[in-house]
Amino acid sequence: MNRIRRALARTPANRRPLRLALAILLALALMLVLAGTAFADALTPESGGSPNADKIDNLYKLILAVAIVIFIGVEGALFYSLFKFRARKGAVPAQIRGNTRLEIGWTVGAALILVVLAVFTFIELPGIRNPPNSGPDGLRLANGTLLASGASRRLPPNGKSLNVCVNGQQYIWRYTYANDCGNAPLNSVFSYTEMVVPVDTTVTLDINAQDVDHSWWIPKLGGKFDAIPGYTNHTWFKIPGKWAGHVFHGQCAELCGRNHANMIAQVKAVTPAEYERWLAQRKADIAAADKAAAQERKRVQQELP
Amino acid sequence: MAATTEEVRTPVPQIVARRVERERTGWTSWVTTTDHKRIGIMYMVLTFVFFLLGGTEALLMRLQLSQANNTLLDPKTYNELFTMHGTTMIFLFVVPMMAGFGNYLIPLMIGARDMAFPKLNALSFWLLLAGGIVFYGSIFFNPPECGWTCYPPLSETAYLPNGGVDAWIFLIHLTGLSSLLGAINFYATIANMRAPGMGWGRLPLFVWTILTYSILLILALPVIAGAVTMLLTDRHFGTHFFDASNGGSPLLWQHLFWFFGHPEVYIMVLPGFGIISEVLPVFARKPIFGYKAVAAATVLIAFLGLLVWAHHMFATPSPTFVFIFFMLGSFLIAVPTGVKIFNWIATLWRGTVEFTTALLFCVGFIGTFLIGGITGIFLAVFPVDWQLTDTYFVVAHFHYVLMGGAVFGIFAGIYYWFPKITGRLLSEGLGKASFWLMLVGFQVTFLIQHSMGLDGMPRRIYEYADVGNLEIYNLISTIGSFILGLGVLMTVINVLRSVKHGVKAGPDPWKANTLEWFTTSPPPVNNFDVIPRVRSVEPMKDIRRQVERQSGIVEAPPAPAAESAVRA
Repeated sequence: MNRIRRALARTPANRRPLRLALAILLALALMLVLAGTAFADALTPESGGSPNADKIDNLYKLILAVAIVIFIGVEGALFYSLFKFRARKGAVPAQIRGNTRLEIGWTVGAALILVVLAVFTFIELPGIRNPPNSGPDGLRLANGTLLASGASRRLPPNGKSLNVCVNGQQYIWRYTYANDCGNAPLNSVFSYTEMVVPVDTTVTLDINAQDVDHSWWIPKLGGKFDAIPGYTNHTWFKIPGKWAGHVFHGQCAELCGRNHANMIAQVKAVTPAEYERWLAQRKADIAAADKAAAQERKRVQQELP
Repeated sequence: MAATTEEVRTPVPQIVARRVERERTGWTSWVTTTDHKRIGIMYMVLTFVFFLLGGTEALLMRLQLSQANNTLLDPKTYNELFTMHGTTMIFLFVVPMMAGFGNYLIPLMIGARDMAFPKLNALSFWLLLAGGIVFYGSIFFNPPECGWTCYPPLSETAYLPNGGVDAWIFLIHLTGLSSLLGAINFYATIANMRAPGMGWGRLPLFVWTILTYSILLILALPVIAGAVTMLLTDRHFGTHFFDASNGGSPLLWQHLFWFFGHPEVYIMVLPGFGIISEVLPVFARKPIFGYKAVAAATVLIAFLGLLVWAHHMFATPSPTFVFIFFMLGSFLIAVPTGVKIFNWIATLWRGTVEFTTALLFCVGFIGTFLIGGITGIFLAVFPVDWQLTDTYFVVAHFHYVLMGGAVFGIFAGIYYWFPKITGRLLSEGLGKASFWLMLVGFQVTFLIQHSMGLDGMPRRIYEYADVGNLEIYNLISTIGSFILGLGVLMTVINVLRSVKHGVKAGPDPWKANTLEWFTTSPPPVNNFDVIPRVRSVEPMKDIRRQVERQSGIVEAPPAPAAESAVRA
């Protein structure tokens, strides 16, 4: 310890630049805090549309706090040593080759910071990964939505969620409103680009791709999940009731070809009653379109020689 | 104190030969050379040309993104540009540039007369050139559009039928072979040809990093060579390794690619660390703080670097257990990296820092790389990565790591070793202007990109809608990129001018520590007439002290004062 102290010892005349440097550092820290509140949006991920996005945002902010301290400390030490120990007439460089205790100290210190970050992560992880139950104002989900155990999809504690099958295709998203995506009934309701979901309801997504890799991402509703041919990926979101009528925007986040930039995705949040009306309307529209197509086919077949 | 090498009388060797081959001059002397110094120079010049090409591609992309919904470039051209940019910077600039430094410096630093296999060395260079030609040849037909990662199924013939992807595959094969042969050559040279007395504990830190770089190349390159061969047979010979509709797996490619791709990051930054570890002590006039810790951290980073590849795949459908393993692995790698940064700062501590351009680039390196390291922690936390991956936050992160970690290191190396290579000093004024423009330009370009990513802008998109602050962020970034480009241009001008008109450097202009400064600048073909016995990590300091004692100019008082006397 004494060796370290001696190595760090300074003569009184040299203390003024230290005080100056400390003042500058404090001012910088203050500026960062002020700027942080003013530009919080520019420094943190999107959130607000779903508890998992909010928890990711929390976790991010915890790491950001630790990161700012490390950043100021290390850059401060760097600039302080550059300023303090710049070559001057008569200055003599100390021929120090190392200090084992100091080196062990900062190795352990760095490791401890990372342990803290890992603990933060494990505390927040369940809330990000595991879907909660739907709220009281959510869609009344039928019992049929309970999946047998063994499905890779994570379900809320009560086993009830509204499932939507998300399928990425060059360059559009297709949504099928069905529970078992592998064997969805042929008359299942579907839509393209805009997904309509009820608020206060836990929505689980089964994500896959038809042609090349894509990635599902609505920033305010949580992280992104790759859609890869041959695999099924899963995520969930639960939009609070106050967002009814709001449209959340996102886009494909994995290079999928020339129009990758235009492969947009939208999630429209509506009240459960509106959702049921929309679903019924959509079902009727699809049935009508199918019927019209069948008649057209028949007509064309009759006209053929 | 005068230069030391003049003291040594050149002995005249007794050569017995049937005939003396006339020394070649002109361009044929370059094409046929097996001299490690000439090969090193060719490496550096060629890769710098690719750096300028890759930089031009980047500026074109930034121009396209300077405005929302811009129509300057069509999506096909834009995809081609980012594929060319990434591939060029990685395979044709940073990795072979480090090989160039290694080629020129390793034999000089360890007191050898050449590399272990000089002809193999020449082959490495010509394979690199062939790879570059094959790849850039595609601009006359169809450049690849799949990004430097070329994920199938997009890179399969069903989606990209033209020859661009094949050009990319051949580039990986040729430059891979070039690097592999080079790596074996470096390893053999360092293991067998060190000067008398230079044990592993006296190896210069740059040599340690090139040794580690070589081992990583030998371990990682065969995997990517196998993977691109599988892609090639998928494309043209009917196999289905990566085709999900026929029992293949697109995820398999990602695992194989990143098993190579992540070590590749360390292949690029470790030699940069090595350059910093050589330059900092010289201009702080202090020995490196904790030589053993810095060398050990290099090896540990390389080892851990082989175990973190799936942190590029946190958004894929994989078990949580896998994510946790790769998150903790990525955390671990921050420890030796942090140790290095602390050791560099401690090297400056209580030194007498001389602000040469080379030192400025080192400082720019540490300050910038630190930010890249810190954002790396955000990305290692996989739930946070779910928000950040594949956005401009990641683009900012890896430019902080690779521009900060490799490019600033390379520029520090250029300013530090240019006098050894050419015998002339670069202009410090132009150099400092170049440094400040590059540093400011870099920060303006990339700091704001974190915010773009956080605001929801994915990478690899040729246009974006004007939502939120995206347009102003992008405009700032574009302006920064041109400042950065101007900074690079200043160094190009500096180099072109100084080759002819620079101040004569002499053998040891910096009063440096390692053996390359023992010989003349530029060194003769045989490097050293006499190879001194190495007694410490800083052989040149020992030699200067010895000369001092023998000439009796300054009797060495206690150690620190002796240092300042040497400097005076």
